[in-house]
Amino acid sequence: MAVASILVSETPLVLYTLRRADDALILGHRLSEWCGHAPMMEEDMALANMGLDLLGQARELYAYAAKVEGKDNDEDKFAYLRDVRQYRNLLLLEQPNGDFARTMVRQFFYAAFADLYWRAMMQSGDPTLAAIAAKSEKESAYHVRHSSEWMVRLGDGTEESHRRAQSAIDDLWAYTGEMFHLDEGERGLIDAGIAIDPAKLHAPWLKTVSGVVNEATLALPKSNWMQQGGRDGRHSEHLGHLLSELQSMPRTFPGATW
Amino acid sequence: MATPNMPLWEVFIRSRNGLAHKHVGSLHAADTTLALQAARDIYTRRGEGLSIWVVPSNAITASDPSEKGMMFEPAESKIYRHPTFYDVPDEVGHM
Amino acid sequence: MYTQALNTSDGDNSHIEDAARSANFQARIDADERIEPNDWMPAAYRKTLTRQISQHAHSEIVGMLPEGNWITRAPSLRRKAALLAKVQDECGHGLYLYAAAETLGTSREELVDLMLAGKAKYSSIFNYPALTWADIGAIGWLVDGAAIMNQIPLCRCSYGPYARAMIRVCKEESFHQRQGFEIMVTLSKGTEEQKAMAQSALDRWWWPVLMMFGPPDKASQHSDTSTKWKIKRFSNDELRQKFVDATVPQAQFLGLTIPDPGMKQNANGNWEYSAIDWEEFNQVLAGNGPCNRDRLAARRKAHDDGAWVREAALAYAEKRKQRQHAQAAE
Repeated sequence: MAVASILVSETPLVLYTLRRADDALILGHRLSEWCGHAPMMEEDMALANMGLDLLGQARELYAYAAKVEGKDNDEDKFAYLRDVRQYRNLLLLEQPNGDFARTMVRQFFYAAFADLYWRAMMQSGDPTLAAIAAKSEKESAYHVRHSSEWMVRLGDGTEESHRRAQSAIDDLWAYTGEMFHLDEGERGLIDAGIAIDPAKLHAPWLKTVSGVVNEATLALPKSNWMQQGGRDGRHSEHLGHLLSELQSMPRTFPGATW
Repeated sequence: MATPNMPLWEVFIRSRNGLAHKHVGSLHAADTTLALQAARDIYTRRGEGLSIWVVPSNAITASDPSEKGMMFEPAESKIYRHPTFYDVPDEVGHM
Repeated sequence: MYTQALNTSDGDNSHIEDAARSANFQARIDADERIEPNDWMPAAYRKTLTRQISQHAHSEIVGMLPEGNWITRAPSLRRKAALLAKVQDECGHGLYLYAAAETLGTSREELVDLMLAGKAKYSSIFNYPALTWADIGAIGWLVDGAAIMNQIPLCRCSYGPYARAMIRVCKEESFHQRQGFEIMVTLSKGTEEQKAMAQSALDRWWWPVLMMFGPPDKASQHSDTSTKWKIKRFSNDELRQKFVDATVPQAQFLGLTIPDPGMKQNANGNWEYSAIDWEEFNQVLAGNGPCNRDRLAARRKAHDDGAWVREAALAYAEKRKQRQHAQAAE
């Protein structure tokens, strides 16, 4: 017997927090899939470190969402007992790991955004979010450093690595626009100084990204057509498979404590 | 086909307690930047350090163990270099 | 320092070792001095240690696979973070151990290639499958518990780099067994289904864990010289007994039954266990365990899939060096 998914009272602040928590969990989960399979032991260590940073962010954000919601939910109920339509992460982050180039491009696109985002959120009028932002900013700053160094090495390494990195950029580019999309439901939080307007992060993000991509002798696609939907629970098919694995235990053994 | 060797680096960490950098181990990386990142990811996971040095292993020149006698034993007899060699009357107190 | 041994790797000690140097070497060992990479050592000591340390390193790396297989399915976020950190530690431990092995003159790449070619051994225990979440508890409790029994004496091993690596490993591993035991405690307090899951994991892991300590003393090939060289300070059977005596009360605490009906406590307080099926052990070592092929295939895949990444990093490093030279020449 499967467990029904939980109900979440998605007030603007709960929804806002869950969206960022889902980002961190889904990307952290993807990175954890590398554990034991990375191209060299040194990178296995690095990918696990980044995965653990993100899992930590997710847990703090879920805990805060639960507190704000004030119901019976907690980090595990949010993570394990919501269905694919209730997940609110960016589409970019649920994309499969693919090869190391794809994982690094995904990491770089997101980290370059997350670093700017958390830095801006350190000024949030919500003290909990501001505190989470202060911790997360340092983590994402390192993720930017790590992934940009690899962008440059893959782009300017061998013909094969260049080809793989360029193909990852081409395939993932359409998922980057969603990071900067302003959801009208979040307008109130922005006006209240709790959230920030992500559209304002686009120019500095593009500057960082173009700089690294140029140094890597790679190119950004011309197309500006962007995919959207993750924030509203309209996902790619990949997320369902990820969740079926992630949630298998609590779904198989309803109500058990682990 | 044999796997090509990735350069070897020695890692030194200065811990929180303010002591000098101390050798903690080694790792493999293609260049200095990756070596430094890897050192951070491998050797400071539990808050061990505040500063990292990485040095190419082949840049280190080591003393020859067979010359241990010549190198280190002459220092052992110079006991006058240690404070306990000198007598200071007890009533003077700690010096 | 680690580098010198690598520089002198080829052919050293291939000449005839004079008796005086051997005697001097043994005298240093007997005086509990540490042997360091640059020191003269008998070729057989170098060979034994290279084999043992690299097998230990391979075991850490292959050991990531059975537990790694549960990271994406860990039943709570707390468990997921702990498991990821633990499996990551194992990678780190493999890395420290390869580094220690390299000081004896063989590169990590060469050692890894031998393992991937099926020419080097790793701990037999990792050729068993981790089937349920309770296996993650049992692996932490029993496999890490057994590993600690083995590793603590190695912190005083005569070879300096190995001893230092083991000190670091033991320090970091102190959370691993507790992590596993905590899972077992939770299961033993849980539903009937969870208790059965815990019992089944103990049933499946118990005998393979006893085999981890290696063949019985009367059949062990390497023990005599390893003991003389202070690489090994306790025999296989001594460590196995120590482990059993420590584990029986823990199983009782959990309310689980060790799958050995003939087991009894003797007058000295030691728990006497029944005969171990050494045929199974030999088969697993020979490549016929339930997961040998899967484990090697997974390691080979990671290695092969990563080749282009390592090549790219080396190619970029070379380009960067050329550019710096070119700049300096201007």
